[in-house]
Amino acid sequence: MSSRSSGVPILRLGDVLITGLLNELDDKAALAFTDELTERIVADSARGVLIDISRLEIIDSFVARTLMELTTMARLLGARVIVAGMRTPVAITLVELGIELVGVKTALNAEQGMAALGWHQSPQPPEGAHRDSTA
Amino acid sequence: MTQPPDTAPTADNRTGAAPAGAAADHVVLATEEDLLSVRHALRTATLTVGFGIVDQTRVVTAASELARNAYIHGGGGVLTIEYPTRHGEKGLRLTIRDDGPGIPDLDQAFVDGFTTGAGLGHGLGGARRLMDEFEVRTAPGAGTTVIATRWLPQ
Ligand SMILES: Nc1ncnc2c1ncn2[C@@H]1O[C@H](COP(=O)(O)OP(=O)(O)OP(=O)(O)O)[C@@H](O)[C@H]1O
Ligand SMILES: [Mg+2]
Repeated sequence: MSSRSSGVPILRLGDVLITGLLNELDDKAALAFTDELTERIVADSARGVLIDISRLEIIDSFVARTLMELTTMARLLGARVIVAGMRTPVAITLVELGIELVGVKTALNAEQGMAALGWHQSPQPPEGAHRDSTA
Repeated sequence: MTQPPDTAPTADNRTGAAPAGAAADHVVLATEEDLLSVRHALRTATLTVGFGIVDQTRVVTAASELARNAYIHGGGGVLTIEYPTRHGEKGLRLTIRDDGPGIPDLDQAFVDGFTTGAGLGHGLGGARRLMDEFEVRTAPGAGTTVIATRWLPQ
């Protein structure tokens, strides 16, 4: 019953949902985002969710809790969550805060996160195919 | 929990400038949006002092935790930023004050995992680890004031 949308785009690539968190997400938007993502997992029968956090300049205990709750809910709905691209200072600070993202799988960047979700970039373009360098 | 009064828009919620001198900067903590103002104000303040990216992140995160505590547990409050010096060293001091119920057992409140709400219970203890100096003045019914300082490494 979120009265307001989080404004966070959620894209779909096959059976994977791709989304990302921004610094400007306030508490209400974070809660709305949790609702929206769980709804999309069900609606799109998603098996995986990639959450890019490379834009997040801080993760405080509220954001950490949101990520953990999202992961738990997604898992109950049959989707794996990978949180990708945590900045180094954010990781250092989280450790000092004493927060473990229990149950949350992480990847160094979005590409590795997608690979962990079963997406593979073919090393060679298919025979005779035109290689699109902007892809 | 009573709904805090609606205050001026976020951007106008800060008073005073943030010069490299001793002047103070205030952020009123009355709405959730004010918690975002805290991060913006502290990001600017840490840059003013000249902190590196890891210390910036530590200070902004600590401020976010303490401001949230004042907002959630203390029913709202005020965050003040100051720029102290000691023996030529520059620092950044946060003072977060609320007139809420106070913390009856401070030692317990510092323990990681202790919460009287729905949180992770890492805010207070974690914020202390992120700052160089940390002092809490509180008593039941008398509100809570946290004073936390981080010094710029020489
Ligand atoms: N300003 C305050 N006023 C009253 N009680 C407070 C205040 N700050 C902290 N507390 C008490 O100390 C406890 C521990 O605080 P701490 O920030 O560590 O955890 P939390 O706020 O419950 O959860 P988290 O910060 O991890 O989301 C709180 O649950 C609350 O009971
Ligand atoms: Mg807290």
